[in-house]
Amino acid sequence: MTDPIYVTDALIAEDIDAYLARHEQKSLLRFITCGSVDDGKSTLIGRLLYDSKMIFEDQLAALEADSKRVGTQGQEIDFALLVDGLAAEREQGITIDVAYRFFTTEKRKFIVADTPGHEQYTRNMVTGASTADLAVILIDARKGVLTQTRRHSFLAHLLGIRHIVLAVNKMDLVGYDKTVFERILLSYRSFASEIGITDFTAIPISGFKGDNITALSSNTPWYKGPTLVEHLEGVEVAAQRDVNSNFRFPVQWVNRPNLDFRGFSGQIAGGSVKPGDAVRVLPSGKQTTIERIVTLGGDLDEAVAGQSVTLTFADEVDCSRGDVIAAADNPPQAADQFEATLVWMADEAMIPGRAYWLKLATQSVSATVQAPKYEINVNTLDHLAAKTLELNGIGVVEVTTDKPIVFESYADNHMLGGFILIDKITNATVAAGMLHFSLRRAQNVHWQASDISREMRADMKNQKPALLWFTGLSGSGKSTIANLVEKKLHRMNRHSFLLDGDNVRHGLNRDLGFTEADRIENIRRVGEVAKLMTDAGLIVITAFISPFRAERELVRAMLPEGEFIEVFIDTPLEEAERRDVKGLYKKARAGQLKNFTGIDSPYEVPESPEIRIDTTAITPDEAADLIIDRLLG
Amino acid sequence: MTDTLTHLDRLEAESIHIMREVMADAAKPVMLYSVGKDSAVMLHLARKAFYPSPPPFPLLHVDTTWKFKAMYELRDRMAAESGMELIVYQNPDAKARGINPFDHGPLHTDMWKTEGLKQALDLHGFDVAFGGARRDEEKSRAKERIFSFRTASHGWDPKKQRPELWNLYNARKAKGESIRVFPISNWTELDIWQYIARENIPIVPLYFAALRPTVERDGLLLMVDDARFPLNEGEVPVERSVRFRTLGCYPLTGAVESEAATLSEVIQEMLLTTTSERQGRIIDKDGGDASMEKKKQEGYF
Repeated sequence: MTDPIYVTDALIAEDIDAYLARHEQKSLLRFITCGSVDDGKSTLIGRLLYDSKMIFEDQLAALEADSKRVGTQGQEIDFALLVDGLAAEREQGITIDVAYRFFTTEKRKFIVADTPGHEQYTRNMVTGASTADLAVILIDARKGVLTQTRRHSFLAHLLGIRHIVLAVNKMDLVGYDKTVFERILLSYRSFASEIGITDFTAIPISGFKGDNITALSSNTPWYKGPTLVEHLEGVEVAAQRDVNSNFRFPVQWVNRPNLDFRGFSGQIAGGSVKPGDAVRVLPSGKQTTIERIVTLGGDLDEAVAGQSVTLTFADEVDCSRGDVIAAADNPPQAADQFEATLVWMADEAMIPGRAYWLKLATQSVSATVQAPKYEINVNTLDHLAAKTLELNGIGVVEVTTDKPIVFESYADNHMLGGFILIDKITNATVAAGMLHFSLRRAQNVHWQASDISREMRADMKNQKPALLWFTGLSGSGKSTIANLVEKKLHRMNRHSFLLDGDNVRHGLNRDLGFTEADRIENIRRVGEVAKLMTDAGLIVITAFISPFRAERELVRAMLPEGEFIEVFIDTPLEEAERRDVKGLYKKARAGQLKNFTGIDSPYEVPESPEIRIDTTAITPDEAADLIIDRLLG
Repeated sequence: MTDTLTHLDRLEAESIHIMREVMADAAKPVMLYSVGKDSAVMLHLARKAFYPSPPPFPLLHVDTTWKFKAMYELRDRMAAESGMELIVYQNPDAKARGINPFDHGPLHTDMWKTEGLKQALDLHGFDVAFGGARRDEEKSRAKERIFSFRTASHGWDPKKQRPELWNLYNARKAKGESIRVFPISNWTELDIWQYIARENIPIVPLYFAALRPTVERDGLLLMVDDARFPLNEGEVPVERSVRFRTLGCYPLTGAVESEAATLSEVIQEMLLTTTSERQGRIIDKDGGDASMEKKKQEGYF
């Protein structure tokens, strides 16, 4: 078989400078291969590496030896071994993960994201797909369109991959039969249009034999389309497309070497920019003009999507990390409530109402997610009712951020519409999200600025507002001590208010139960009420079990620095259970009470509370005095 | 403008983006500088990322005292040129015990490099360290993240890696944890060479062929770079035209016979060559197939 794609050796040997000049102009395509080991995915990738001469002699020698020893192809080379068979990874107990491979042809450099195809690795595939311009969906010609084909296609489409290649593999095993290929094509087409894939390229191949990979095969004279590599070399890449959209520049870093220079560094997320362009800084909306595009190699006349540059303004306009510099006549919106598709990536399920960090472009904000509107079954694409999302779960949710963020829909701009959620305690990346649209425009919900400030209200009461947040097990003594604290404050003419857990559940939070999600919403509401009361100048005392660290931290973050005082009423479980003032532990032990903290629901001990009360060492009265000393002292 | 960015443009932009992103969350970053070609490219990218400011972090060279002389020369020159502070760290225990590659085998790498690196990071309290590793170098690196987390004891847990989507990196960490960041993860050896040529980046002359005194040991051509090289009885260094494809400790780094004296010729030779880059390095081989992975879990870069 002649091989027109890779006949470069002669040029390398004869005129290396000509070769280099040509190769400097190559573009880059990132793609993902979807399929399982059985579809011949590893064989295909191994074949691409091999054919593009990315395999060296020492590796090849090792490969040949391995092929004979453990290969599945008899005496022939087993290309799958090149890409680190997943079996080996399993044996070693290593995460089955995303691996990135590289190869180069005459026209392009390729980065292949290689991920396992089974349903339990959905998050890995989503990760690999997030940076891909193209997806190769592998089908075993003997088996046709399977459930996993649908899943892979759905995920590729969900992540906005525009180029889909249907590689009908193992054609050698069906005798290169045209009707087999056409039957698969037909059935895939009807499914694809169902999920919104309007365009794809189908290629009959054999990764093992090399048919239609780099050269058209004589085994499939009926196939007139491009070879796989030809197609990979020809498709338009994302960066090219982004150049034609509106200018978007998320600011990463303010460059300030001295008082005379102030530049804004970032990577262009859409469109292009020239000195003299009118731009807006979002979310402030201030307008200015681009003065220079600064790089180490000299100022540029123009910069385009994908480039990392530093911009300067003609005027002194405020701008910092997280802001977005955008075309003045067509800026993106800012909002604080969105609909989004979420892919859950953590072992711990999503907790509706819990605050996570949300990172979108260079913006980081606190965000909460409501229970999903629905979850999507990745195999059937059915919409299912769901209260949460588990690992690999995909659902449509409402996301609320604590301040407006600059965004575009993911469909319009991946860089301004794709985000991750980060657990505030473990710092793990727990989800990937794609914004659809804002549910309300933040600019319509202005904060009502009142003429009387919170400082004026507090001054009038001659006190510093604070929130004494009691936390501890049921029966630890929270309410008792909190009551004593309030009585003493009252005698000292301090204006206070005690928010008690049981009382609040009779009114404001009557609609909430005791599931994890409801407990979180309970605390969030109490936090908001307590915040309003401190705004009014009060010393607020709350007594809630508040078992989760994340929610206590959420309330802490709502208040000005220093006003949240966490009071940990530290009573060991055995002691609280021994006291069992309300008889609840007995019920819980008998299984009559579900989700009871300490029994079948966790209590996360505060790591560094402002005040810790050991109720086995001091009396409630002594405890109250100690707390007041700390508060007023 | 319809001209598309070339693959080098896109790789460059990605690396610069990564470096700047580190500055958002890092308290005290540092760039590990090994003086090799990958380090040279990484340093060049750092200068581009922060220009006109100098890169806002120091360079750290974890020295073994056994590098090639020419490497020390270039190191000092590049530090001066970039305006960055250069921190050279040599593990005092290894120094006191006279650990060397001739007598101590794997212990040499373990003490000078693995231990030395941990000590240097702890001593200065660096929370983020840039490294010049590439994914195409070795199997376990193909799976490593760009932001790679290390426990307080510098361990790497391949099962606990954070997913990296789009160009979003999660650099949040707990007290004591640190991150190794690999901004040139997606570059291949050919990309590195092409970029060095395109940007005119200074590299150690050892990458180019010249007549050098060498001896043959265990199938490797070793250069006798200084008088510490213990010659066997009757062994006489032979002048050979050689160059190096990777650089490390001179007694551990095999040369290849070559006439390639210019960058184009080096690239030409690389493209026509039939053995992989790390083959000249002894370090990968001890411990078999998973050896790099094992080293990394122990804290080796």
